[in-house]
Amino acid sequence: MKHEIEIIIAGFGGQGVLSMGKILAYSGLTEGKEVSWMPSYGPEQRGGTANVTVILSNNPISSPILNAYDVAIILNQPSLEKFESKVKPGGILLYDGYGIHGDIGRKDIRVYRVNAMDAATEMKNEKAFNMLILGGLLKIVPMVSLQSVLMGLKKSLPERHHKLIPMNEIAIRKGMEIVCAM
Amino acid sequence: MEEVKLMKGNEAIAHAAIRYGTDGYFGYPITPQSEIMETLMAEMPWKTTGMVVLQAESEIAAINMVYGGAGSGKRVMTSSSSPGISLKLEGISYIAGAELPCLIVNVMRGGPGLGTIQPSQADYFQTVKGGGHGDYRLITLAPYSVQEMADFVALGFDLAFRYANPAMILADGIIGQMMEKVILPPQRPRKTEEEIRWESPWAVQGKLKPNKVNVITSLELDPAVMEENNLRFQAKYRQIEASEVRYEEFLCEDAEYLLVAFGSSARMCRKAVELAREEGLQAGLLRPITLWPFSSKVLGAYAQKVKGILSVELNAGQMVEDVRLAVNGKVKVEHFGRLGGIVFTPNEILSALKEKIINP
Repeated sequence: MKHEIEIIIAGFGGQGVLSMGKILAYSGLTEGKEVSWMPSYGPEQRGGTANVTVILSNNPISSPILNAYDVAIILNQPSLEKFESKVKPGGILLYDGYGIHGDIGRKDIRVYRVNAMDAATEMKNEKAFNMLILGGLLKIVPMVSLQSVLMGLKKSLPERHHKLIPMNEIAIRKGMEIVCAM
Repeated sequence: MEEVKLMKGNEAIAHAAIRYGTDGYFGYPITPQSEIMETLMAEMPWKTTGMVVLQAESEIAAINMVYGGAGSGKRVMTSSSSPGISLKLEGISYIAGAELPCLIVNVMRGGPGLGTIQPSQADYFQTVKGGGHGDYRLITLAPYSVQEMADFVALGFDLAFRYANPAMILADGIIGQMMEKVILPPQRPRKTEEEIRWESPWAVQGKLKPNKVNVITSLELDPAVMEENNLRFQAKYRQIEASEVRYEEFLCEDAEYLLVAFGSSARMCRKAVELAREEGLQAGLLRPITLWPFSSKVLGAYAQKVKGILSVELNAGQMVEDVRLAVNGKVKVEHFGRLGGIVFTPNEILSALKEKIINP
């Protein structure tokens, strides 16, 4: 795979945007990669839009803030409007079918959908939402192994939540199944 | 070898402070640096090293607790963000006037006033040109990575004690909030009272000998003595300027165009230099690590070699004044910045370099 991958994850506060980025970063760390995790911070966690830039690289990372991204994970309409134009030509846009209305305009990028909100509702576990998305991402861009992600989960979750890791693994695998190219 | 960890810059400062053997932290919460005290409180170092962690009733109380702790020869620190640092400036001037060592962390946010919680570098003037009253200087370190946030705790304390002068880590919301890999320093023991007596004979430790009294004060009503004190401070500052300038060069050797940037801006500038090189433009980056003392000499030398210099800062043009003083009119110097919490991208920096320096 390519030696550096630049990702933006954007959605509402509370959707698990920042923690999904954190798990990716920890997974990269497990594989010995250079990583950076740069959140939008502040009032977002109380319901506004939240985003995080995650970079995984084999080389030292220069800027944690970017003009354009290899992968954009878009979880609501305002984020689509903000970041669709910032996907590099040939890059990837992954979105949740519930959060986005209407079509993606760009024809020079690859677009994928994960109906994560629907699947989470079906699983009766809203908290699985971001892991379903993460599964979809790992299916189309296997930037880190599932094993590393499970290690990453262990590192980023406090110990009292480690009992939830098997549920997260199920959600990731489900996400891998339901992601589809548009 | 120490484990590689992933953490925020603010968290790295807290862990590094415990491991340095810091005696006390006194603070008051403010975004974007609250994780420093939160991490210290969660780690509970008072149970392990005996370090005091105290949330004061205000920023002003916190800096005066630092003044008191420093006077007794302890390794003490505080941290805040821009509006909170403004509140501390009276105390900082007193600490500088009393020639005491301490560490102050400013994780800058956009101003003026209460401003915004988003990142900024608009406190450069406040930090390196005084801020508080009187002819004093703050040793100023500008970290540009989470690793440097950790490393500069020890460096800041060491310099502060070497010169009996307050030192500041001048970071911003980007470096404070981002997570990166970091290797923490090994745990050191806190200094014992005996060691403090030996290393800091000026420290106030109670009346140890009947005829020896240490007095910590910045007050001197006899102007002749006050001038002598000031001359002593100035001699110390000249010594620091001669010995402690630190900077980093990135692709400067064959550079025709030089970017100058500190802290988080230097990260975006590194990428901008990489993008420029991809286009065949010979750009380089000089990153001052100490903002005071400033990299004047090396900039003076580059003024003879390069075609133009762009000072890139998250402010309306502050460090650019020191860059211009350093090159003394020998080469064109321009400024590029974004204000009020907006952060430039590497592409914007490259465009500014072209518009302001390469093809004006």
